[in-house]
Amino acid sequence: MTEESMDIDMSMPTNTVEEFLRMERMPHIWCPGCGIGTTVNCFAHALETSGLDLKKVSIVSGIGCTGRVAGYLKLDSFHTTHGRALPFATGLKLANPELKVVVYSGDGDLTAIGGNHFIHAARRNVDMTVVLINNFIYGMTGGQVAPTTPIGATASTTPHGNFEEPFNLPYLAESCGAVYVARWTAYHVRHATKAIKDALLKRGFSFVEILAPCPTLYSRRNRLGDGLDQMKFYRDNSEVKNDADTKTVGLSFQGKVIVGKFVDKDKPTYLDSMNAFYAQKFGDKYSPYKG
Amino acid sequence: MKADPKGVMAGAYFIDGDHACAEGAIAAGCRFVAGYPITPSTEVVERIAERFPLIGGMFIQMEDEIASSIAIQGAVWAGKKAMTVTSGPGFSLMMEHIGLAAMTETPCVFVDVQRGGPSTGLPTLPGQGDMMQARWGSHGDYGIIALCPNSPQESFDLTIKAFNLAEQYRVPVLLMLDECVGHMTERVVVPPAEEIEITPRRYWEGPKEGFLLFKAAQDRVPPMVKAGDGYNIHVTGLTHDERGYPVMTAAAQEKLIRRLVDKIRLNSEAIVEYKEDQTAGADIVIVSFGITSRVAIPAIEQARREGAKVGHLRLITAWPFPARRIRELSGHVSCFVVPEINYGQMVREVERCVAGRTRVERVSHGGGSVHNPKDIYAKIMSCGKEERR
Repeated sequence: MTEESMDIDMSMPTNTVEEFLRMERMPHIWCPGCGIGTTVNCFAHALETSGLDLKKVSIVSGIGCTGRVAGYLKLDSFHTTHGRALPFATGLKLANPELKVVVYSGDGDLTAIGGNHFIHAARRNVDMTVVLINNFIYGMTGGQVAPTTPIGATASTTPHGNFEEPFNLPYLAESCGAVYVARWTAYHVRHATKAIKDALLKRGFSFVEILAPCPTLYSRRNRLGDGLDQMKFYRDNSEVKNDADTKTVGLSFQGKVIVGKFVDKDKPTYLDSMNAFYAQKFGDKYSPYKG
Repeated sequence: MKADPKGVMAGAYFIDGDHACAEGAIAAGCRFVAGYPITPSTEVVERIAERFPLIGGMFIQMEDEIASSIAIQGAVWAGKKAMTVTSGPGFSLMMEHIGLAAMTETPCVFVDVQRGGPSTGLPTLPGQGDMMQARWGSHGDYGIIALCPNSPQESFDLTIKAFNLAEQYRVPVLLMLDECVGHMTERVVVPPAEEIEITPRRYWEGPKEGFLLFKAAQDRVPPMVKAGDGYNIHVTGLTHDERGYPVMTAAAQEKLIRRLVDKIRLNSEAIVEYKEDQTAGADIVIVSFGITSRVAIPAIEQARREGAKVGHLRLITAWPFPARRIRELSGHVSCFVVPEINYGQMVREVERCVAGRTRVERVSHGGGSVHNPKDIYAKIMSCGKEERR
């Protein structure tokens, strides 16, 4: 340790994101090398620069490793049931449109057990931001196959390797109606932060997929090294392709990772459509719904 | 406080129990309903969908009952009074979220218009087979309140009561209709708003500093705040402490779950409601609920004409169950007769309370129709004969 590093004023917060976290709940549950914490850092920085009134930001998670994010953020935070963060968030947002509602959960939670809710929330274009952390595996329960596990990868419930076609999540989100779709990795912290901020400020159903290493249960079982090796893999194998056709961004086992902002368009939200429709239908008798 | 006059359709109407339930919800201040179509409950949400746009309500038809039963909980944490409506198969799908509402103490109302089951069963025909599911359907232990109206008027009245109890105890309340009560059309009087008593949400009024979302008051019910109020609340289905933070220990479980059970159990005298008819001095008491309580009346009257001393106790709250009253009656009653459209659910509660002190007879019916009153009459008379021997 150098003389210089001893001069740190210990009374000051060591990390500017601390004010966004429930520090009394640290240490968190995530494993060394896990990418989820990195994304929370990105999210906190995005919040910091978004200009949003934090009092009005609610975060909703489902169940799983990423499902624990809500509990660590110093916001109104809801840790719901497995797969059901989106319908909870739909109720929260539609009951009080003043709230900025963020759903932060994992690939298994949002697209396996919660897949039906995902497609319908996107279809309705409910004004909310979804941050999906994709680690290709069920981490919390011990490394089972997920709808995102690439063909050829091994999981505890596909010990001989996975042969099921995985989801291409940006394509799924776009085709169901999302107005903002981006994918980054835990390596791309600046891009991911910017994408989350853009998504937070976007009106409508915005979707950010972030690939994150799960060294304990995905990388180790697949002999891909530790978290750092996975970050190096993202660095060396990602290709930034903004506006890429989402049909072409599917992932294969340790293949090229297309990242970027794929969709950014404007469309009336659920409430915009409802208010416009009823105003026309009922005329002066209708007051726009404000919650 | 009194009901918000906006939306209260004061007057006398000729409507069915499903529509009356919708009007009761509106009168109770419910302004968020999420649902998924299912016979024989759909008319409730159809009326809500018709009425809500012009009274500032939000109705959303969700993608399934699982989504509906948690969308309402999001709405409650945003400050609304909220309800979902379903029937058997949908009720089964909602079980996890009844547990979530119990665990997170989210006041909301679940309506189950019961049909014949199990599985798809008899979609258009009556059943009363969800009564134990209402009590025990979600995994783990918790307290719950369930009400069972027997007429469209009571469907209106008890829907309001369901919302009031939900707020009073920060608990999900189940309104257990059956197909007959849901589809029966009768006169329903909607009183003017100033005559409708509404229990407001128990919002915290103390200082923000040190507020604990799950620190209970004397009656074991904690106060609430809502999202956007600046409290940075945390709400989880995990076992949690008074801050709402997860704590994975047996001690935290004991403290929380005991309170969730006790807040209903120890307040049950205040919650329990039933109606009695000629139970004083009765030899035989019919215990019934919902449509069966009306089907039993001709049987009771016939038996009385023939000299039998028959009383009638009608459950209005199925849960909590009027255990103390049944125990009292078991001291002088020689036989309880429990007709219900299932193969023996609430009768088990009667048996539990009677604890062998006297006879309990069931009049079971698989569903698809109501009982023939003759079957209830025959059971009453057979009990009477036993008694005389």
